[in-house]
Amino acid sequence: MPTAPLLKARDLKVSYPVRGFRKRPIEIVHGVDFEIAAGETYGVVGESGSGKTTIGRAVLGLASVSGGTVEFDGRDISHLSPGERRAMAKDIQVVFQDPYSSLNPALTVGEIIAEPLVVQGSTPKDARRRTLELLDSVGLPSDAADRLPREFSGGQRQRVAIARALAPEPRLIVCDEPVSALDLSTQSKVLDLLLDIQRRTGVAYLFVSHDLAVVRHISHRVGVVYRGEIVEQGPASRVTLAPDHPYTQRLLLAAPVADPIAQEKRRADRIRLRDEQRLREARAGAA
Amino acid sequence: MSAPQASETPKELASPTSAPGRKSLFRRALRSKQAIITGSIILLYVVLGLLANVIPDHTFWEARLDSLNLPFGSETYPLGTDQFGRDILARLLHSINTAFVSALIGVSIALLLGVTFGLIGGYFDRVRTVTEWAFTLIMTFPGILLLILLMPVTKGDYRFTMAIFGVLLSPGIYRIVRNQTIAVSRELYVDAARVSGLTNFRILSRHVLSVVRGPVVVATAFLAGSAINVQSGLAFLGVGSKVIPSFGSMIGDGFRNLYVDPWQYVWPALALGVLNACFVLFGNALRDVLQGKPPKPAKQDVQALAAGFEASDHEPDTSALLEVRDLGIGYEGTDGVVREVVRGVSLTIRDGETVGLVGESGSGKTQTAFGILGVLPTEAQITRGSILLDGKEILGASEGVLKKLRGGTIAYVPQEPMSNLDPVYTVGSQLVEGIIASTGKGRAGAREQALALLDRVGIPDAKRVFDSYPHQISGGMAQRVLIAGAIASRPRVLIADEPTTALDVTVQAEILDLLRDLQSEFGMSIILVTHNFGVVADICERLAVMQKGEIVEAGITKDVFANPQHPYTRMLLDSILDETTVRSDPPSGALATATKEA
Repeated sequence: MPTAPLLKARDLKVSYPVRGFRKRPIEIVHGVDFEIAAGETYGVVGESGSGKTTIGRAVLGLASVSGGTVEFDGRDISHLSPGERRAMAKDIQVVFQDPYSSLNPALTVGEIIAEPLVVQGSTPKDARRRTLELLDSVGLPSDAADRLPREFSGGQRQRVAIARALAPEPRLIVCDEPVSALDLSTQSKVLDLLLDIQRRTGVAYLFVSHDLAVVRHISHRVGVVYRGEIVEQGPASRVTLAPDHPYTQRLLLAAPVADPIAQEKRRADRIRLRDEQRLREARAGAA
Repeated sequence: MSAPQASETPKELASPTSAPGRKSLFRRALRSKQAIITGSIILLYVVLGLLANVIPDHTFWEARLDSLNLPFGSETYPLGTDQFGRDILARLLHSINTAFVSALIGVSIALLLGVTFGLIGGYFDRVRTVTEWAFTLIMTFPGILLLILLMPVTKGDYRFTMAIFGVLLSPGIYRIVRNQTIAVSRELYVDAARVSGLTNFRILSRHVLSVVRGPVVVATAFLAGSAINVQSGLAFLGVGSKVIPSFGSMIGDGFRNLYVDPWQYVWPALALGVLNACFVLFGNALRDVLQGKPPKPAKQDVQALAAGFEASDHEPDTSALLEVRDLGIGYEGTDGVVREVVRGVSLTIRDGETVGLVGESGSGKTQTAFGILGVLPTEAQITRGSILLDGKEILGASEGVLKKLRGGTIAYVPQEPMSNLDPVYTVGSQLVEGIIASTGKGRAGAREQALALLDRVGIPDAKRVFDSYPHQISGGMAQRVLIAGAIASRPRVLIADEPTTALDVTVQAEILDLLRDLQSEFGMSIILVTHNFGVVADICERLAVMQKGEIVEAGITKDVFANPQHPYTRMLLDSILDETTVRSDPPSGALATATKEA
């Protein structure tokens, strides 16, 4: 019998309220199901507006769940009270996309990393010791603790954000496009760091990205989100290399390869696929 | 001229640069002369006020009928006496205290109400409607009138009056705090704080208040001045207690005695005027410190530079359409030293080819493109070089010539399609405007061409998009519209700055297809600025790799990809996640739980 999943979303629906009197909320995510095992990376890939980020925010409790459930370790966390939600902080953490706005510019790096520890009752001395450990584990020098975020590059800031997320030793980290704002050379280093941390600590990732190559690199299993629904999910190798769903196929062939010769072939494949799919749609429409 | 090398900070893992550490508003204010001078004067007033019972020889209420209207410099009355035989100096010093107590009460109440409800109303969406109504209601009260009408309630005590005035001032603070709080609440670090398990109170006090503090301090300086003014105004009108000396009542007394001794009027008016000016100037100085002064434009005479450019060792390339030679672009730092962000870039573009300008952020690729377009910000300085279009020097050409070039021969496609369309006008009217400007056609002709162009760039329902506002179309559609505008004048060079970065990959592929089609149809050259090697591989025949303002490698795309020469190019190509390897190690969950329990 397989072990129970760490996180389990069942028919998860998320709506955002609309400003104005008696306006109906807009549903962004229309009932998605997925599971994440302990120590596993579940990649969520999709385009802008598909609802992939909203799925992450719902797991974090930053977006309100309008239907279905999210279970963490067998317990429904979709409608927690603010106090219960705060207690989840030691289990579920986050790394955001933008390393510039995700760190408070007025606090030092040490204060940023220590904050979750302090609110959970660490003494300042313990928090400081742990902060230095964490800085070391994300590959930053220990004198970084007394500096301000603006003194760091994007990649370094993202390391700070990762250290903050690791501080309470969570079991799941929601990574919302953690490398898409970074330069190419920095991107692969941060991904390697995330992989390394997972192997060391056994933390699970819900990894949200628009970039199929990034998701392929880090995920064990992948779900493809299209217009608020997961249209395809499965092992990373199958979904990202030989997808079944027409949308995933389009997504795969649309990403340009950094090789002029391979890209020429991919372009031809993409145009062929596009024409095929259009033809099929036209036929379906006619029928 | 020697341009110093830009300071180079290794991107990753290097110890951070020793930038200035955290500086409080107070310490930053110490660097502003205006803040120091005005602040010192205000402080001087405070000290004088505190010594009000020490300096003068008389109390402020002591009226002596044997010394009415004594002149300036009388014995024991340095500033003389008024028409009731009271010591002007003593009254003046006590007026300072009245003024500061007024400011203190008024501002404290305004801050207490404004900051508290500003934070609450800004942070909790549900309460906002209520606070908004309440403070709007307060703003509708006619201030001075209300204060006068309430005199029977306040019994003429200026402190109660000022407390009420504080309530009337609070909407100003409320609005500042509410706006800042709403902005900060949308920052990701507030979301991160929520996920970290911080209570709302802690988020507000630690993350929000620190951002709100600065603007509130600035506003406080202005409000203090305004509280003193209102108190003085009321006292001048004779509303309130006659016993307490204040600038207003002194000016009033002096005013009635103007023909006997004008100095009785001058002293309090001068004291009030200087104090007020100090508060306003102090507030202004704080604001400058907080927001930073706008950089002053220091455009160099580029014409002279370009003319003096030595090209002796250079054979003009006749087949080149656009030739950039040794282009340098610099910015003046706060220390007055010009640092080059583009350091001697040379680039040749031939008719009908696509050249990719590749680099990471900060490599100077966009600055180079802007330099060619002649649309650098005013702070930028061209430090050297030359740009030849069709053999003619365009660097340093007059704005009129450049405008003509930009509309006609050179066109531009930006990175953020949405922010390059004006949300107030329809897509069509913006296109027509551009076409009229660049081709000189009539409105009807331009409209016809705009519709044809929209159709040409693959927009299915051109008429509908023509009449749409920018927010009604998607990002990909907006980029097509901008491309339509760019090709309207049949340009010979199209400069596209990260044209697909803000778009989804499926849309990116379509836009690249469109650019390729348009190029083969119009035979134009394209300079594509990008950080994405996939895009380069897709569309560029040649590429130039930029690092720290220099081109480190240039060549035929296929050759560079197959056999990169420069270590930086090799490093970049190695960083690209390859297309085939999939993660193979199993989830480490079971193992981790075991170690955690152990």
